[in-house]
Amino acid sequence: MVEPVQSKKSGPKKFMLVNRRAPHGTIYALEALEVVLIAATFDQDVSMAFLDDGVYVLVKGQKTTGLEIKNFSPTFRALDDYDVNKLYVERQSLEQRGLDADSLLVPVQVLDAKQLGELMAQQDVVLSF
Amino acid sequence: MKIGILVSAGPYTHQANDSAYQFAKAALAKGHTVERVFFYHDGVNTANRLTEPPQDDRNVTSRWSSLAAQFKIDLVVCVAAALRRGIKDQILAPGFRISGLGQLIESGMKADRLVVFGD
Repeated sequence: MVEPVQSKKSGPKKFMLVNRRAPHGTIYALEALEVVLIAATFDQDVSMAFLDDGVYVLVKGQKTTGLEIKNFSPTFRALDDYDVNKLYVERQSLEQRGLDADSLLVPVQVLDAKQLGELMAQQDVVLSF
Repeated sequence: MKIGILVSAGPYTHQANDSAYQFAKAALAKGHTVERVFFYHDGVNTANRLTEPPQDDRNVTSRWSSLAAQFKIDLVVCVAAALRRGIKDQILAPGFRISGLGQLIESGMKADRLVVFGD
């Protein structure tokens, strides 16, 4: 027998998109951004987390001409227009790569792994690519 | 429990695609419901009905089709990811359909759990 699940409140759910990889080695960072934009149009409570090489996704001054790949990083500046302004970056991942909040192209909240873990535990849906 | 599944890893390269199928089968056997499986990234290649693995190998595509027919599962392939890879209506295996990312979000909204299988 399957135990019934406590029915959740209706209304928006908390969606978190987790970026763990560098922006251009795979398509995942771009696709995560696509999901965020769609989730926002569904009026969900959307946030993004950046850890490991995922912190590079937000680094300022990206130039992708040599890769012949679209530079999608400016889109992060438009997220605020979609009411997506919860961007969380893991502190250690930044520090390990010699980066800080000033290296990033949008304002973010820098959190310890433990704080980020607590936030993840509060989510209804966590999508990690 | 209502379960949604996201498959983002391609067939035959990553175990994740097989794991998603095994997970769906096990969950259904336990009486849970799987309303929708959303295929994204290289996962969209799962929908290609031209797939023809060697005879002694499992057929990832046709086994999703069978499971979908048996349990009325909605197999949705992300349109942008599909078109990039030449996955079009003409080559879709039974039970698959092409639609947008909104279907993934909707799955997350409706399901009690959305389970991600990626590489």
